[in-house]
Amino acid sequence: MRFSNDMSIQFPNKSANEGFARVAAAAFVAQLDVTVEELSDVKTAVSEAVTNAIVHGYENMKGYITVACRIEGDLVEIKVSDSGHGIPDVEKARQPLYTSRPELERSGMGFTVMETFMDEVDVVSALGVGTTVIMKKRISEKD
Amino acid sequence: MKLEKLGEQLIVRLEGELDHHYATRVREAVDAAVLVGDIRKIIFDFTEVGFMDSSGIGAIMGRYRLMRTVGGTVGAFGISPRVDKLIAMSGIKKIITIYTTEKEATRGIS
Repeated sequence: MRFSNDMSIQFPNKSANEGFARVAAAAFVAQLDVTVEELSDVKTAVSEAVTNAIVHGYENMKGYITVACRIEGDLVEIKVSDSGHGIPDVEKARQPLYTSRPELERSGMGFTVMETFMDEVDVVSALGVGTTVIMKKRISEKD
Repeated sequence: MKLEKLGEQLIVRLEGELDHHYATRVREAVDAAVLVGDIRKIIFDFTEVGFMDSSGIGAIMGRYRLMRTVGGTVGAFGISPRVDKLIAMSGIKKIITIYTTEKEATRGIS
């Protein structure tokens, strides 16, 4: 039988929660037979998505971020959602080195990092409603 | 984080996870030190950094811009393979110098 499990955490958009969110997601994924490198990839991708929600999603406002993780067999799916401003142009936002907030020293690499460290990244966003980033990663078979 | 001034060099000893939360503090502390210390080279010690995301890259790029305004440079040493994965994909090796040891970094090369 395929192993399946899921979890969800919710927290306010405080930057102190970035560390909590990525460690919680990595600890959940560690139920699978993962390498240290795969865990680190997940941690980094979650950190990018949660930081985006804090810096851009909830710019100048308060709100909650949800990180939902699901394991189906060897597939890990992580959804990071906010109910913030939404992204006006998702395609532009995903371009390497593009940032809407250079004054905050954003490197513009967030989505590029997510795409590099995960197998699949989808972004669903609606202005005034919020943004959900859905990331998938297949965990490699171990000997 | 600990800051050490060595002549015109500022050694920034980072500790823990260099994310957006920590990067904000690093930026404030380093910029204040540069302002009062007449610094021409910022050297980041990554020995105790176990995690970094793109916010760390942004912070380094920001300090590079700051140094450029005074004709200074930025360097780093003690980078683990995990942190290097991100540094390599960011392209910042074109603007900052990565050293293998602290001695090399402080010896005054570039």
